[in-house]
Amino acid sequence: MEDEIVEEEKLIQHFKVDLINKRHQVGSLIPLLQSAQDSYGYIPEKIIYYISELVNIPPADIYGVITFFAQFRLKPAGKNLIRICEGTACHVNGAKTVLSVLQDELGISKDETTDDGNFTLVSVACLGCCSLAPIMMINDETFGNLNADKIKKALKKFYIEEKLLVET
Amino acid sequence: MKKIKVGLGTCGLSAGGELIYNKFKEEIKEKNIDAELCETGCMGMCYEEALVEIEDENESYLYSKVSVDKVGRIVNEHLLNNQPVKNWIIRSKDICTEESFLKYQTKIVLRNCGVIDPTSIAEYIARGGYEAIKNVLKNYSSEEVIEVITKSGLRGRGGAGFLTGIKWKLGLAEKSEKKYIICNADEGDPGAFMDRSVLEGDPHSVLEGMMIAAYAIGSDEGFIYVRAEYPLAIKRLRIALRQIREKGFLGKNIFGTNFNFDVSIKEGAGAFVCGEETALMASIEGRRGIPRLRPPFPSQKGLWGKPTNINNVETYANVPWIILNGWQKYLELGTEKSKGTKVFALAGKIKRTGLVEVPMGITINEIVYKIGGGIKGNKKFKAVQIGGPSGGCIPASMGDLKIDYDEITSTGAIMGSGGLIVLDETTCMVDLAKYFLNFTQLESCGKCTFCRIGTKRMLEILERITEGNGKAGDIELLEDLANKIRSASLCGLGQTAPNPVLTTIKYFREEYDAHIVNKKCPAHNCPSLITYKVVDELCKGCRVCIKACPTGAITGKLKEVHVIDYDLCNRCGKCYDACRLNAIIKD
Repeated sequence: MEDEIVEEEKLIQHFKVDLINKRHQVGSLIPLLQSAQDSYGYIPEKIIYYISELVNIPPADIYGVITFFAQFRLKPAGKNLIRICEGTACHVNGAKTVLSVLQDELGISKDETTDDGNFTLVSVACLGCCSLAPIMMINDETFGNLNADKIKKALKKFYIEEKLLVET
Repeated sequence: MKKIKVGLGTCGLSAGGELIYNKFKEEIKEKNIDAELCETGCMGMCYEEALVEIEDENESYLYSKVSVDKVGRIVNEHLLNNQPVKNWIIRSKDICTEESFLKYQTKIVLRNCGVIDPTSIAEYIARGGYEAIKNVLKNYSSEEVIEVITKSGLRGRGGAGFLTGIKWKLGLAEKSEKKYIICNADEGDPGAFMDRSVLEGDPHSVLEGMMIAAYAIGSDEGFIYVRAEYPLAIKRLRIALRQIREKGFLGKNIFGTNFNFDVSIKEGAGAFVCGEETALMASIEGRRGIPRLRPPFPSQKGLWGKPTNINNVETYANVPWIILNGWQKYLELGTEKSKGTKVFALAGKIKRTGLVEVPMGITINEIVYKIGGGIKGNKKFKAVQIGGPSGGCIPASMGDLKIDYDEITSTGAIMGSGGLIVLDETTCMVDLAKYFLNFTQLESCGKCTFCRIGTKRMLEILERITEGNGKAGDIELLEDLANKIRSASLCGLGQTAPNPVLTTIKYFREEYDAHIVNKKCPAHNCPSLITYKVVDELCKGCRVCIKACPTGAITGKLKEVHVIDYDLCNRCGKCYDACRLNAIIKD
């Protein structure tokens, strides 16, 4: 119990420091939430209460804002975030195949995380690289003109990198 | 001294631009070459990425499809020995393989994109940057600026095409201590990347346009609302803002006048509806992005209740050009009611995908065949989808249609912000309508019942049609729902959500009928309506399809014709992809 309280305090303390570092304007809710997500990869419940006091907006309203915007997550994501583009150009060039190959390879559906915590699979409306359709992004890297082989190769690369990280 | 420019827009980066840039840096250092290396934005030819341009005093050479392993040869031959690698060059004084891509374009908004280094304010200034605002502050009154913009005929490039000059006039007329300027860079249409490219390639032109607008309506504070999905655009804007603050172009008493103005960036958080102006303002204020009733219009009561002028990225980027070159020159371009140029993001089943800027009045065929080089893989041109989820499909038979706000509206589509997706015979129009409706249905904010529930019902009908369960009367039901959603929704999202469905019914009704009555998808795209068949004459019995089939539906001995068991077949198409003899066909 005590540990939990300490953890919680640490969490909030960390966030406070973060805000000071970013010279945050107090009073703007969405940038605050974006900061929180930047720090933790998602928005922890405790932080919602903390922000609520900070900006004087009820937690329920903040929850409403969080769930309205696609960017915010209430659950932690996997180590690597795979974003599949579902833009029009990707759609007509086979985005469905990309999704089904990824689902087969990872054994998860959209908005799920693999059991080993390595990958989270999400789709986005358009990544704006329509000339390379169909595309996906793994973290900040873009993979274009995809087919089943290219997707498998891209995933393999990440698995190998993960392993290397463990070994060294 | 030679100057090396590497295209580092999002398209260039995805094609490996950064690695190429670093390789050049390495080589230049290692070999001690006297050359300047810089980055630039999107040059428009996304289909030729990664692009590298090498300039000297007399000439420029554009290399296409550069990869890291090509850098060494370019450095050795071109930089060290002055022998350009001709085979890899697509544009120079003597070579131009992409003439038709460039010939039909007129660059106003994209005047600096892919030409200057977007992180260098000196390069923007060298091309006449910030001259327009200087000129305006010195020689124009607010009314005079507005008069120039009104006379130029510039219409809002965000989609609806409202006259910019009139909008500014309304802003100026409001009496208020505080007024705001907003730049709408929440480019949410799937398949559109014009605004992103402008912000990445030439952020200063947008900022200068905002400054001119601020002076015109009497505002001293501005916001740029950018999608969070555009990290590079945000980064380049931040750099640009820092530069103009340092130079004193933002802040108090700009250029020694009594004009004060500052701009900050607001990052969107992922909601398509926030492209609607009242929803956008709600989002800046920190609330859920839900549109509200207009009037009062933003020009009367906008951000935090103050008069606010909202324009889109492309609109602002036009403004400095009009001031510098005069409204008469802008008026020379375009059609009777749509002046100037329009930037399109050309994508889909087309040979040359990229960013193009064309004078209004150009025909669809000219864009598809002359600029775009025709359809990929020699398939048949079927239609263009224009205007994203709010737009519609214009069939190939109307290819001579002139691109202009009113002409496009007359087809049932809308100009929109400039996404232009080319479709070929393998695109199923019912599936495409379903795709867009799925998008709008997910993005509906939920305020208006018709938009929230009506789009859901329409989607369900389209789903059952594409699954082979369509019923007689479904088309009429779709039309009925569409008309009701259109008239009973508050904002543009709901009012235009049915457009993709209505235009596909209007021009491709026979495809709907084929799905509903014959249970066939003519484009062989809807999985439930495809039957895979083995062509006996072509099947050599190699068992490749048997291995590919996840349900064990295909049987047959080696070197004997294989057979598909339709009770087991789940129509996934893996056998079709696996067969190298084309012995499996779709029916």
